[in-house]
Amino acid sequence: MRMPLFRKTKRWGIILSALLLSSLLLAACGENSPSILDTHGPIAANEAFVFYVILVIATIIFVGVESVLIFSIFRFRERPGVPNPRQVHGNLTIEVIWTAIPALVLFVVLFFTIQGLYQVSAQPVGKALNVRAIGHQWWWEFYYEDYNFTTADTLHAPVGTIVHVDLFSNNVIHSFWIPQLTGKTDVIPGHDNQKWFRADNTGEYLGICTEYCGTQHANMRFDVVIDNSDTFQTWVSTQQQAALTPAAGSLADQGAKLFAQSGCTACHGIVGVDVKGYYDPAKDCANFNPAPTDSERCKVGPNLTHFGSRDMIAGGVLMNNKDQCQPGHLENCNLAKWLADPQGVKPGNDMQIGPLTPTQINALVAYLESLK
Amino acid sequence: MATRAIDTTTTVVRRKTLGETYIGEWLMTTDHKKIGIMYIVTGFFFFFVGGMEALLIRTQLAVPDGKVLTPQEYNAVFTMHGVTMIFLFVMPTLTGFGNYVVPLMIGARDMAFPRLNAFGYWLVLFGGTFIQSSFLFGQPPDGGWFQYAPLSEMSCGVHAAACTPGMNADFWVLGTLLLGVSSIAGSLNFVVTIFKLRAPGMSINRIPLFTWMTLVTAFLLLFALPSLTAAGGLLLLDRHLGTHFYQAAFHGDPLLWQHLFWSFGHPEVYILILPAFGMISEILPVFSRKPIFGYTFIAWSGVAIGFLSFTVWAHHMFAVGLPPIAQAFFATSTTLIAIPTAVKIFNWVATVFGGKLNLKVPMLFALGFVAMFLIGGLNGAALAVVPFDYQVTDTYFVISHIHYVLFGGTAFAIFGGMYYWFPKMTGKLFNERLGQLHFWLMLIGANLAFFPMHNLGLLGMPRRVYTYPAYLGWNELNLLSSIGAFTIGLSIMVFLFNLVVTLKNGQPAGDDPWDAYTLEWDTSSPPKKYNFLTLPIVRSRRPFYDKKYPEIADWKQVIH
Repeated sequence: MRMPLFRKTKRWGIILSALLLSSLLLAACGENSPSILDTHGPIAANEAFVFYVILVIATIIFVGVESVLIFSIFRFRERPGVPNPRQVHGNLTIEVIWTAIPALVLFVVLFFTIQGLYQVSAQPVGKALNVRAIGHQWWWEFYYEDYNFTTADTLHAPVGTIVHVDLFSNNVIHSFWIPQLTGKTDVIPGHDNQKWFRADNTGEYLGICTEYCGTQHANMRFDVVIDNSDTFQTWVSTQQQAALTPAAGSLADQGAKLFAQSGCTACHGIVGVDVKGYYDPAKDCANFNPAPTDSERCKVGPNLTHFGSRDMIAGGVLMNNKDQCQPGHLENCNLAKWLADPQGVKPGNDMQIGPLTPTQINALVAYLESLK
Repeated sequence: MATRAIDTTTTVVRRKTLGETYIGEWLMTTDHKKIGIMYIVTGFFFFFVGGMEALLIRTQLAVPDGKVLTPQEYNAVFTMHGVTMIFLFVMPTLTGFGNYVVPLMIGARDMAFPRLNAFGYWLVLFGGTFIQSSFLFGQPPDGGWFQYAPLSEMSCGVHAAACTPGMNADFWVLGTLLLGVSSIAGSLNFVVTIFKLRAPGMSINRIPLFTWMTLVTAFLLLFALPSLTAAGGLLLLDRHLGTHFYQAAFHGDPLLWQHLFWSFGHPEVYILILPAFGMISEILPVFSRKPIFGYTFIAWSGVAIGFLSFTVWAHHMFAVGLPPIAQAFFATSTTLIAIPTAVKIFNWVATVFGGKLNLKVPMLFALGFVAMFLIGGLNGAALAVVPFDYQVTDTYFVISHIHYVLFGGTAFAIFGGMYYWFPKMTGKLFNERLGQLHFWLMLIGANLAFFPMHNLGLLGMPRRVYTYPAYLGWNELNLLSSIGAFTIGLSIMVFLFNLVVTLKNGQPAGDDPWDAYTLEWDTSSPPKKYNFLTLPIVRSRRPFYDKKYPEIADWKQVIH
């Protein structure tokens, strides 16, 4: 295949390589993506900084080497009349140079690496919010150690405050990751891994499980809500309360009765309904052969005491779109979809219930969404 | 001269023994060339199986909320994609090329242990069949190709019944054990062959680089496989005999699995790439019409990589909560191992620079290898930067890395080797135009498939997910990646077509279609059963070049 002689082949090489690499920068622009370059806290900022260092060095090397390669392909291709090339076997000087220079560059990078890893591992002194993050199959539970309450799928924290996370699993390995705030740490049974992070801007961020943990690993996300401290304190006080009792005779009240009597309590706890209070799963659910009294404390499913205040259902497989859940108008209500067919929404998860009638779903939705 | 009358009265007609039939010859052969071909054919068969699995994955992930596969199916498919590609495509195919080419390259008649060689091959076929048969039982391995404990245990505790109660993990362990035995047999054979059966004059300093890399790979296999055997054996004990090595509830430790597995797993990835490095180091000089630049440096980089590969394993575990000082150690060792790899790339580019490039298909694949492997090496070095790794480990960024080095690297090298040595094995030349079409489609497809995965990782997409929601901004990149995957599939169709057409009536290749430098070309195509009629004469690293061009022979120019 004869190729026309390209002039300025080196420039082509540079342009093409630069184009390819610049697409990496588009990573900051993914709409609504939990991008690691869209940082909102010091750890993520630190980690994004090393990425930019890497990107610059890698781009230079990439453009340099690929250009020489592409240039050689065009410049030295066989044409009629070209003599045999010099049979060069090697050159010691050049070997030393191109061993030493990469070694130097790599050791500079190594310096940033070791500095960075120590920087993010050491939790700064100061007041911290202590949360235990428990990985279940396949949802996240959060036990607030300072306040003694539990929530699921949602992690609230005040802006500017250090959050200390204790990671706990009594089943398989998971991994706790909030790309815009911090890199990940694995949650390993038998290990008490800990991490810290801080969010410097209010807002909602996405948390993701990033260690393959079984069938529904893909749907094990959590919501990270960073409030200013007043909003956070209000939230804490609400969460510490037992569940709101619906007005007698209301649709929500029917739902409450259904909840208590239809077997939901086998897997879900609501404080004031079927459980007396919150508990620390690390203390009570660490063993694998719990005594009978522990069954109240180690329910398979999430605690629903304040379900109505959450934005996610079932590990984020659906968002809790409460405004679409008006009684009698549940066509687009995600909670209704979940209750109608949890296995269809999240195949393989632990919630296997007999079919519910639309009336029952109507009542349950009203009740659960009322649990603010 | 008296003619001999044919005695027509006492000829006995008898049936052929099994070994004299066409099928029987292949079934009972101990000839390294036939065994090499069987390895390669088997390897390519599993390449299609693994490729189908890849296309299933990419079809499921082409759009958000995909419904092509159930989560259980997807998890089995991605697991088996990894297992099939690594254990049943790359390793057997590289062993096959090694088997075919290495004895010829060193001027030997066969491998040192021909029957052990055959045993190794049949184990691959049976081990591969065994592990694929798990689909027929409805219980294919589904815990990832790395099968982390405790997910691979029978049960994980009262509140986590969803572990692996079925045979899935057992198929994985027993299958990899079988295949491991095959690799050990093959490695022993290579080590003894390369040390003991070289033609006179072929010092270790003069063996072709493909032989060098095969030698290092053989040692890596011998030292790395015991870790996998231990890991798998302990898992079998946990699953069936009530031990608790990996179970935290009984004072075992899930991390033990990871340390044992990656002590195998890291040398394993060098096992998957070093022979490919060797192939490239053979093809580039021949098609640049000059010797490999820096033979000694490339050879010793390979050895350095071999040693260092045992010191880096926990870079797969930066997120598990190792003490920072341990992480710093592994970051350092991983950085170190990048240096010999960089040296190799520079030497390959220097081989091409100043040459007279014959841009036939093997050369295209070799050049494509250098270009693609460079990207894989750079994003691999990025992963060694621990704080960055905390963000992108277990995301699509890593998938991009592994596919740039394994597909852009090893697979490109395997196809390069295929186009290069096929004429020697069969006496027929592949169709050049179809080969070029294959190359360009594959190059474009691979970049389309795997480059967007860098971005996906940076945008937060985790690995091993059977689907993703539509509102996280990952849709277009996934679609692009799937298009790339199907482009690769198309390129493989072109290759298959080329294969069929060539086998039927391909152009005769002759003994030395590429004007090559090493001894395997100093034979007929295909070579006679005994390889060489007389001992080849070796006075340099390019003995066949010396024979063809005695006035400018290497041994007259330089002393090696």
